[in-house]
This record gives sequence, structure tokens and C-alpha cells, in this order.
Amino acid sequence: MKIAVCIKRTPDSESRFKIASSQTAIDETGLKFDIDDFASYAVEVALQLNEKQGPGETVVYAVGPDLVQETLRKAMSMGADRAVQLKTDAVPYDGIAVAKALAAELKGGGYDLVLFGKHAFDTSGGIVGTATAELLGIPCVTAATKLEIANGRGTARRDLEGAAETVEFPLPAAVTIDEGIARPRYPSLKGIMAAKKKPLETKPAQLGAARVTVKSMDLPPERPAGRIIGEGAAAVPELIRLLQTEAKVL
Amino acid sequence: MLDFYNIDSVLSEDERAVRDSVRRFVDERVIPIIGNCYVEGRFPKELIPEMAELGVFGANLPEEYGCAGLNNVAYGLIMQELERGDSGVRSFASVQGALAMYPIYAFGSEEQRKKWLPRMAKGEVIGCFGLTEPDYGSNPSGMITMAKEQKDGTWILNGAKMWITNGSTAKIAVVWAKTNGDTSDKSIRGFIVPTDSKGFKAKDQKGKLSLRASDTSELVFQDLELPADAILPKSGGLKSPLMCLTQARYGISWGALGAAMACFEEALEYSKNRVMFDRPIGGFQIQQERLAEMLTEIVKGQLVVLHLGRLKDAGTMVPQQVSLAKRNNVNIATDIAREARRLLGANGILAEYSAMRHMANLESVYTYEGTHDVHSLVLGQALTGLNAFK
Repeated sequence: MKIAVCIKRTPDSESRFKIASSQTAIDETGLKFDIDDFASYAVEVALQLNEKQGPGETVVYAVGPDLVQETLRKAMSMGADRAVQLKTDAVPYDGIAVAKALAAELKGGGYDLVLFGKHAFDTSGGIVGTATAELLGIPCVTAATKLEIANGRGTARRDLEGAAETVEFPLPAAVTIDEGIARPRYPSLKGIMAAKKKPLETKPAQLGAARVTVKSMDLPPERPAGRIIGEGAAAVPELIRLLQTEAKVL
Repeated sequence: MLDFYNIDSVLSEDERAVRDSVRRFVDERVIPIIGNCYVEGRFPKELIPEMAELGVFGANLPEEYGCAGLNNVAYGLIMQELERGDSGVRSFASVQGALAMYPIYAFGSEEQRKKWLPRMAKGEVIGCFGLTEPDYGSNPSGMITMAKEQKDGTWILNGAKMWITNGSTAKIAVVWAKTNGDTSDKSIRGFIVPTDSKGFKAKDQKGKLSLRASDTSELVFQDLELPADAILPKSGGLKSPLMCLTQARYGISWGALGAAMACFEEALEYSKNRVMFDRPIGGFQIQQERLAEMLTEIVKGQLVVLHLGRLKDAGTMVPQQVSLAKRNNVNIATDIAREARRLLGANGILAEYSAMRHMANLESVYTYEGTHDVHSLVLGQALTGLNAFK
């Protein structure tokens, strides 16, 4: 199968974030960036599908400045065959603008499957996958937790609140991948060395107009310190009263 | 991991990628189980196939023998990350790569290289290294293990080796022995000894209070017959095993920092969360001084090994520089582990935390691969030209 995986470079989710002086972005100083977690699940799914189904090709795409080349090489060190950077100085916040660049590139690429992360950790937009599918005119399944392909058709499982559903669709199709579907493999040391020799193509990103922009960003308010009301059973009535009147959770 | 001096900025992309991949492996696969392994006194053999898949065995040896062909800085970073998990896990990889695969690569024939190295990189064949004997540790030139060449070119091996990491796990042992009755250290040669040979015995060394998650064994060879092609043809004299030790010590000087980093990170986290006298203990000057000292020594050690690695890659490193790095970095790591254990208070004695495990492990690391004291004498000789060994 020919599979495209669209990946994003995002900061490590365990970082401590500060807002930049522009007030519209996070301060990137000292942050460690890597392939987005959901995107790494998508890469793993693509690699497993092609390993299972015999000869195929896994191509990774990323929109962004030259820094995304490291992220693309990471995906190639996991096993992707080649990579394409759609170059732009800054990744637009507007997912539709990004989707337009991806769709322009993927169109005519002959892909059976286009995979994305469910959303990226940094923006949690969840737009790029669905919008790219729409622009390509192919069916789209979001947040898949299981994906199987047979006889030109796909079956995907989606976990809902308290239930799960299984959907079916014809190929070519776009699928966005949720966590838990597969544990991304460790790039092997040989894989890391081999990735340096795999083709990485750079092309200008044909971005759409960015119609949505960030106006301001805030950090969540500091959590006030906890308060000890008393000890043992005697403290329970006061605790219940405060939970009702102050915290308003009961 | 705190990178206070932004050392990442002078690592290449693939050096960082290698480090990050091994780091994730250690976080996900080693750290969750290693405390129990240590308590149970077992090496986690179940990790061998995954470590092989990752490519850590002999990672700085050439690709044509199934290895990753990494540079020495990337190799050092692997050792750092493995020992951040446990010195026993790093020791396993050091012995496999630097002490079993390296001598076959450096002193072996092309047939020996092709026969063993790819299978060792895949973890299918585990190796160990037999140099130290019960009565000859810091003084290996006095060894009494002897190999005698027979008329048909085969060899008969007799002797015993002690403190052999991987000794009971190994399929082959690289054994160093004097030859043909010559008791001078010039007659020392290396042999590839299959551990299923008749006359080979490995005995697990019991009662260890350090490196408990590691196989340490005693080896005994009694009239052990070896084929003619068991000898490493390019080995000659004590210099050959010492060259292997230089490789391993290089990795240890990185590895010890990994243990130190684990202890520092644990102590730092603990100091911010543990409340005593109504405030986190990290707010007390005495703990801040502890943390500042730990960080300072780690950063200094990191800069030493990074530069040492660059020298090794440039081919200009000398063994005395490795002695300085091993001596310093293991020493500071033992101090850091002990201070971290103290900062953790009573919790610091539990296997649930890593400080005391690292502290106890590092006592072995301090003693093996050239004791701290022996490295002092190596440096002393380099400085004065006077040999304090004899």
C-alpha cells in the first residue's frame, strides 16, 4: 500500500510553558521539540500496515521551517521510506490553511491511505486531517483506535464515551489516529543512521489563506493552596458545607 | 533531564536522536522493573532482545558486522542512558560491546569477526570477558591461567577467572591466558572459549550487595580443549586486554554520569514535593547546597566526557585521559548518589527510589575496570614519569 502520514513537530508535553512577549504564542526558548505523540502513533500504524501487507511505501509529510526536517528524519528512523517537507517559515494556526498545502501536494500522489494524528498536542485543533480529506474528496474517519485494511476497504474502530463503534469505508481514505492504537517503536540506532541516507525532499508549501489567528493566550490560573478544615468525622459537616457553598460541586 | 549548560546544542542531530531513543527505552522498559530485579538479585534477561533490536550492542563497531556504526559520543550517550536505569544494565552492554565484541573485532581474524559479531549484535550470542583472577585484580600481569598449544595446533586451557560480568549468561567467553609455560605478561593471548566446552564451569557469585541486577560469576577451566582457531590471532601481550579495558572505561565514564543524573533528578523532584516544617525541603539552604553541588559536578563531568569522545572520534585520545574521566566521573557519581540518598531521608533507603541502588552499584563501578586508586597511579605515572606500581 502507498501510505502518506502527515506529521507535526510539537513541544514535549511535559515541558513547562511560558507565553512569549507577543502574547499570542508560547515562548519556545529551552523547549524540546519532537514528533507529536498522535502523529507518532499514525507513523507506527502505517509501518505496521505495510509490514503486514507486504511491499508498500510509507511517505511522511510535514509543513514548516527547516526544523521539521529533524522530525521527518525521526519518522524515517522509525522506518518511513522517504519524506517531504512543505516549507514555510511559520506554520499557520489555521488548520485549513495547512490542509490546503497538504492536499495540493497529496493530490495525484496515488495514496491508498492518508494518516494523521487525531489532533496535535500544541493546538488541539483536529482540523488538518478532516479538512485535507475534504479537499481531496476522500472519506475520512476520525480518532481511530483500531484500523484494518482488506480488499480495498478499511475498517476502523472508534472509542466513544461508554461505547465503541466500528466503521467501514472504501480506499483511498483519510484516517486520524487516536492514542492506544499502537505503541510507537523506538527508532533503532541503525534506523537513525539509515534515515540520514533516505530521500528528504523540500518544496514550497502552497498554504491557503490563514483566516483564523490567535488573538491572545493565557496560562491557566494558579491553583490556590489546599486548606485543611479539620480532622476525622468531626470535620465532615464543615467539609460538606464548603463543597456545597464554596466549591459548588455538591 | 536538566541540561543546564545546553550541551544538547553541541551534539549532532543523530547523537541526540540516539540518546533520545535509548532514553525512552530506559524510561519505559528498564526503570519500571529494575528496582524489583535488584531486590530479587536477577539481571532482566527479558530485555536482551529489545536492547539488541535497538542496536546498543557494539554500537560503535562497523555496520558490515551488523553493528550500528555510531561515533563514540553517540556510544557514550547510550552508556549514560543505560546506567541512568542501572549500572548492571549498562555493565551488561559494556561487556557485550567493549569487552567481548571489541576484542573479536580488534584482534580476531576476518572469519572470527564474521562468525561472531553479527550474532552478538543481535543478542543471540552473549559474551563475557575473563581477565581478572581471584588473586590478580589490579595486577593482571601476574595471572596464572595458562594455555598450552598441542602438536596439532589445538590448545589446552587451565585456570580460573573471577568477578566476570555475564559469566553465567554467556555463550562465549573471551579469556586471556598466558601461553606455553611462559609466565611473563608478554605471552598473554586472547581465546574465544565456548561456554559449553567440556571443562568449562561458571558459578554465580552469591551474596552481592551491589550490582544485584547483574550476573557476576566465577569461571573455572579444567583441561579445557580449544580448537586451533580459538585464539585471537592479532592479540599479543597484556596490552591487548588493556586496550579492551580502555574501550570499556570510556563507556563507564559516561555511564556513571547517567547514574548521577538519575539520583540528581530524583533528589530535585523530591526536594520540591517533600514538605517538612510546612515547606518543601528544597527551600532549605542545606538541601539547595546539596543540589547545587550535584549539578556542578554533573555538568563538569559531562563536559569532560563530551570532549573525551570528540578526541576518541578524532583518534587522538590516550588511555591516561580515559583514566582521568573514569576516576573523576565514577567518584563524583558515588558522592552524588550518597547525597541524594541522604536528601531523601528515610525514603532514600527504599528500593522504590533509585538513589540507594545507584549508591550501592557505584561502589562496584568505583572498584572495577581499574580501581579509583589504580587510575590515580596511572595519572601519577603520566605526570611524573615514575611508576608507582612496581
